[in-house]
Amino acid sequence: MSERITVHDPRGYPPKVGDKRLAPRLDKLDGKVVYLVDCLFENSDNFMEQLRQWFALHLPKVNTRVITPRESWVDDANMRQKVAAEGNAAILGVGL
Amino acid sequence: MAMSLEEAGVPTIAVHTNVFARLAKASATANGMPRTRQAFVPQPLVGQTAEQLRGYIEGPDPTTKRPFMVEVIEGLTQPLDADDLRGAGLDRSTPRLLEPDTEENLQQLFLRNRWTDFLPIVLPTEERVEAMLKGTKVACDKIVGKLRPTAFREFWEFDVEKVAVNAVMAGAKPEYLPVILAMSTSGVTARSSSTTSFATISVVNGPIRNEIGMNSSIGALGPYNHANATIGRAYSLLCQNLQGGSVPGETYMGTLGNWLAYTACFPEAEERSPWEPFHVQHGFKPTDSTVSVFFGGWYTQSGYGPRDNWQSKFVRCLTALEHYLQPLIVMDPIVARGFQDLGYDKKKLSAWCAEHAKLTARDYWDDQWTQTLVHPLAVAGVEPYASRLKAKPDEMVQLFLPDDIKIVVTGGETQGAFKMFGGRYSGRGPGTFNKENPTVVIDAWR
Repeated sequence: MSERITVHDPRGYPPKVGDKRLAPRLDKLDGKVVYLVDCLFENSDNFMEQLRQWFALHLPKVNTRVITPRESWVDDANMRQKVAAEGNAAILGVGL
Repeated sequence: MAMSLEEAGVPTIAVHTNVFARLAKASATANGMPRTRQAFVPQPLVGQTAEQLRGYIEGPDPTTKRPFMVEVIEGLTQPLDADDLRGAGLDRSTPRLLEPDTEENLQQLFLRNRWTDFLPIVLPTEERVEAMLKGTKVACDKIVGKLRPTAFREFWEFDVEKVAVNAVMAGAKPEYLPVILAMSTSGVTARSSSTTSFATISVVNGPIRNEIGMNSSIGALGPYNHANATIGRAYSLLCQNLQGGSVPGETYMGTLGNWLAYTACFPEAEERSPWEPFHVQHGFKPTDSTVSVFFGGWYTQSGYGPRDNWQSKFVRCLTALEHYLQPLIVMDPIVARGFQDLGYDKKKLSAWCAEHAKLTARDYWDDQWTQTLVHPLAVAGVEPYASRLKAKPDEMVQLFLPDDIKIVVTGGETQGAFKMFGGRYSGRGPGTFNKENPTVVIDAWR
């Protein structure tokens, strides 16, 4: 029978993640401001324009506004505050 | 960003391409909001026409097969259910030691958990880790740093002992540990999750190179020296293990992968270089031992010289580089001395490269990552990008600033060879945390 040995766990220390809750959902989109957040990956501007056009055609009572962060890969606090202050919902894309 | 908006009270749905589905869900879970609403369109997005994009919007979400816009609208309007309202905090504490088992079973466990690079590893027994820790006087529980695979993931922390564990696995010797610890504080991960398959390249300067027997001669960049090989490997292994993984589809998305992710560490041939060492260029004393971590390892150009046509050769190489990722030029001492005979030092040669590496504005901007990373800065008025954006399509624009281009001398003088790698020393972009001071003093970790 092979000898049993003890070894270290090679992983680092993950952060403890506290509870985070989703925002309450809207009862409907009509009459609401929905921000279309272009995350600045290539062609996401064109995707958001097509999405804006889709809303204009199919759900014209939804007020869509396209917005971009100041640069990609950065959490733009000013943009986030503007969306939170002036919007009712947000669609982010496309990418990560 | 989606989770930040949710926390600010804004119902949000994030749209991704379907190949990122596992990663997007894993990221949401790791950030404490596993029920984040997500919808998916087909890959790719880049290169698709307006009609094709409209087709994505009017078509099905490829992960659920339901209409994409139904997913979007329901994601914003469907009331939260009990699972949404339940807390989703995460406590993923990792043990110091694993359950005792046979060597064979533990080797299989490490493979199964993706804690290796799939080359054989040395199991980090208590005895081996204790021996490794003799390589530093720093307390084993001192927190060394934090790493993450990309900007939207959470940081994981690690201490000296955790670095030593990974150094053992890589086959490193205790005397290498200060170098590996210093690299670990750079904040630059060798296992970025980027689709572009980044790695890191590390350059060691100062007396420690010779003290631990590193190779700056024949085959410096290859598998011909224990210290070069295992220090680089240790850094790669510790990055994947200490940052919370590098698992394809979840925490790694490099479409081609990168051989330099196995190991990429070498010393500068300071004694045979005609120029001041890299660390001295950056404000350190010649007697300091340092390590500099470059983020990239992406493209490679190569050549010989300097021959009579070196200028056109360099221009061809430099303009063939990915222009969003600054070059690291590695040259044999023969090449360096040749440039010195032509009147160049490192600074002058970098300046020459920056001045002459030009493309038309049309070609400069026709690049996926230049569009994604650089274009928003140009629009925001950040120089020099704003001027490049103002240039007419046929106007020539510079690709790099003089300080972007770094030069390191190494090699065995069997040939006058040089290579150019993608290797960002500092600056903007995913994967770099400590953007302003990537050279780390090793001596603090002895």
